[in-house]
Amino acid sequence: MADQATFADEAMQYAPQLYSGALRMTRNRADAEDLVQETYLKGYRSYHTFTEGTNLRAWLFRIMTNTYINSYRAKQRRPDETELGEVEDLYLYKNLGALQDANVGRSAEESLMELLPDDEVKRALEELPDNFRLPVILADVEGFAYKEIAEILDIPIGTVMSRLHRGRKAMQKALYDYALERGLVAGHDRA
Amino acid sequence: MPSSGGWSQDTTVHDERGTMNDESTTADGPEMSDCAQTLRELDVFLDGELSDHQQAAIRHHLEGCMDCLGAFDFHAELKIVVAQKCANDEMPPGLLGKIERCFGTDFDGDGTIG
Repeated sequence: MADQATFADEAMQYAPQLYSGALRMTRNRADAEDLVQETYLKGYRSYHTFTEGTNLRAWLFRIMTNTYINSYRAKQRRPDETELGEVEDLYLYKNLGALQDANVGRSAEESLMELLPDDEVKRALEELPDNFRLPVILADVEGFAYKEIAEILDIPIGTVMSRLHRGRKAMQKALYDYALERGLVAGHDRA
Repeated sequence: MPSSGGWSQDTTVHDERGTMNDESTTADGPEMSDCAQTLRELDVFLDGELSDHQQAAIRHHLEGCMDCLGAFDFHAELKIVVAQKCANDEMPPGLLGKIERCFGTDFDGDGTIG
């Protein structure tokens, strides 16, 4: 049984990660702030149920994810369970690769960091439906392992893997569409 | 990706490696299916979820296959881009204080974490 008096010492270090995760979930600062605060309050109150030596960060994210699903998602007026359209495997790579051959002077992988603005990458993630967005947040933003994500979301590992795969492809399509719209893929003629 | 397919197919990859030691690059059946197999493992490889010997089999293929290497490099970079750009949010300055008040405990109060 974990001692409540040590909760702050153990748990506060994860606040920046929880806040980024909360922002990607709620998509707005006020809700993200509330969600993190509520997560810590719940964590503090139920810390006696935490098994010392297990993963506190995953435990906190499980609290936060459940709180988001139960309290915040309802008011966001977005569908929670949605299917994504089929996107070809390696979508962004294949399409940027084609552009690279045509007229992007440098290698696509070197330019991704500059090509894609922070806000657009965030938007591509935030526009995913929840059932795909939550696994992608936990894997690609927070760096959790499949097994941890399966436990946090209470879904089988195979489901984690397939949702990650499809969620990532949908993000890639959104990023490519953005790059085309903004003409960020240099002078590419859409014809 | 089928449920747990990424896990069960490793032995196939590994076993195929044994037959692919010649440097033949003819775009024949075995070569093609080796690329397809390797690309199917791309996500799981980059997520660090393959066993050591599964990883070694992928690396071995990548050493001799520029096409697959290009795809792996691209997605490795994309993974870094997403991780960095989606996790660089600055916490509101008052948030730590609000959390502290939730606990009814006064922490170090210097506004930093750690």
